[in-house]
Amino acid sequence: MQLSGKSIVVSKKEMSFLEKLYLPAILGGLRITLKHLFRKKATINYPEEKRPFSPIYRGMHVLKRDEHGAERCTACGLCAVSCPAEAISMEAAERKPGEEKSFREEKYAAVYEINMLRCIFCGLCEEACPKEAIFLTDRITPSDFQRNSFVYGKDKLVEPVDADKRVDVTKRQSTAVLDFKTNTKLAHNK
Amino acid sequence: MLAVLIYKLILVFAILGISLVVAMYSTYAERKVAAFMQDRLGPNRAGPFGLLQPLADGVKMFMKEEIIPSVSNQTLFIIGPCIAMTTSLMTSAVIPWSSDLSINGTSYPLQVTDVNIGILYLFGVVSIGVYGIMIGGWASNNKFSLLGALRASSQMISYEIAMGLAIIALVMMTGTLSLREIVEQQPGGHWNILYQPIGFIIFIVCAFAECNRTPFDLAECETELVGGYHTEYSSMKLGFYLFAEYVNMFISSAIISTLYFGGYNFPFMHELGLSPNMLALLGGLVFFAKIFFFIFFFMWIRWTIPRFRYDQLMNLGWKGLLPIALGNIALTGLVMWLTGKIN
Repeated sequence: MQLSGKSIVVSKKEMSFLEKLYLPAILGGLRITLKHLFRKKATINYPEEKRPFSPIYRGMHVLKRDEHGAERCTACGLCAVSCPAEAISMEAAERKPGEEKSFREEKYAAVYEINMLRCIFCGLCEEACPKEAIFLTDRITPSDFQRNSFVYGKDKLVEPVDADKRVDVTKRQSTAVLDFKTNTKLAHNK
Repeated sequence: MLAVLIYKLILVFAILGISLVVAMYSTYAERKVAAFMQDRLGPNRAGPFGLLQPLADGVKMFMKEEIIPSVSNQTLFIIGPCIAMTTSLMTSAVIPWSSDLSINGTSYPLQVTDVNIGILYLFGVVSIGVYGIMIGGWASNNKFSLLGALRASSQMISYEIAMGLAIIALVMMTGTLSLREIVEQQPGGHWNILYQPIGFIIFIVCAFAECNRTPFDLAECETELVGGYHTEYSSMKLGFYLFAEYVNMFISSAIISTLYFGGYNFPFMHELGLSPNMLALLGGLVFFAKIFFFIFFFMWIRWTIPRFRYDQLMNLGWKGLLPIALGNIALTGLVMWLTGKIN
């Protein structure tokens, strides 16, 4: 029975004189390798040259701040619930008077951890977030030697306050995405 | 007398230096050629275009821990790579690098020694080269090394016969064993390849086998023998074996160019009207261009065709090349008789 129709019947016929000489076949091979000698090379010289990322590349996460520098995350836990790899965990805390500058709403995440070894970079946390707080960026999670160091806390995830050090996520916040998140006609926004 | 001695010493050291530098950069060229033929870039980190890579590799080789297995025959273990290196460097003595230079009326031949049995000398030294591999493989006391050494020696002995017979046809034509006279007999573009194409093909195939180069690198067949005869070697002793292979490649390229491609002769060299010294210089450059082409050819072949199986190797040597070489001798004799060169 043939499954693919691609099978070839192997013939074990005697080689002809020319084939026995090997030389025509070798010359054919030499022609092919010579052509490859002048071909464009596939190598990318990594540190100098970087492979361009797709605009929707899903890399290391960032916890965004709002325009005044206050953390957007309210520790609602939707990202942790949506995470298929169960990589996210958090502890909520209540905002004290005088902390309005640091936290946007009354509740905030005192501890927010993502285990980068568990994370599969699917981006569901980003989709689930109702506060536009978590985004995946085009940064790559750096390699390390210890497992513990891959559990990223708020120190690594929250973006800096300085306006010029903010992490740019405009590419991922395209109008289509924003519309998807804010359009009240869609069931998930009701 | 003293002047001659000093001149010869300078020449010897210059040729040794050139052989070693060419061998060093052959390792770099090999990696670059391999990479380019596989659509990669190859080493390009050490220095511009990776040109310092051979130096880095050399330093690495020297720094590596030197291991002599306790079960090995230690004297032979050390002698092995020494023989391989020495014999590969010795062959350069009889190669005529260019025509004579004449300074202040004295002529300086650019050849260490013009022995009248140059070809026999070459064959003798190359045959000793087998011992380097054999002794190394035997002294390691390792089954893979021994198998590699056995393969290398039987392969080299088998292919030496076909190689010798290919040369006999050439020697019949030229009537001399001196390499310089053979070169002088090919002025301008009248190269021996035009008269001995079959002999040339046999010779170059055997040269590949003698150098243990792909497709005949069964002695270090990684898929079957770990590393072949140098499995147990490390540090600069391994470096010597690898280096000897590249020096061998350089010397065989030189011999191929000398015997079949006119050595330092090039077409229209006498019509240019240059002074003898200029001609010697230009001839030397042309000779090196030919050598570099053949070194490239060695690499080109290596990255094109896969390794032979051992029985195929022996079949090709004994049932293929040997009868063809014998036929070539008969054919050469017949043509020489018909054209009236012998009676």
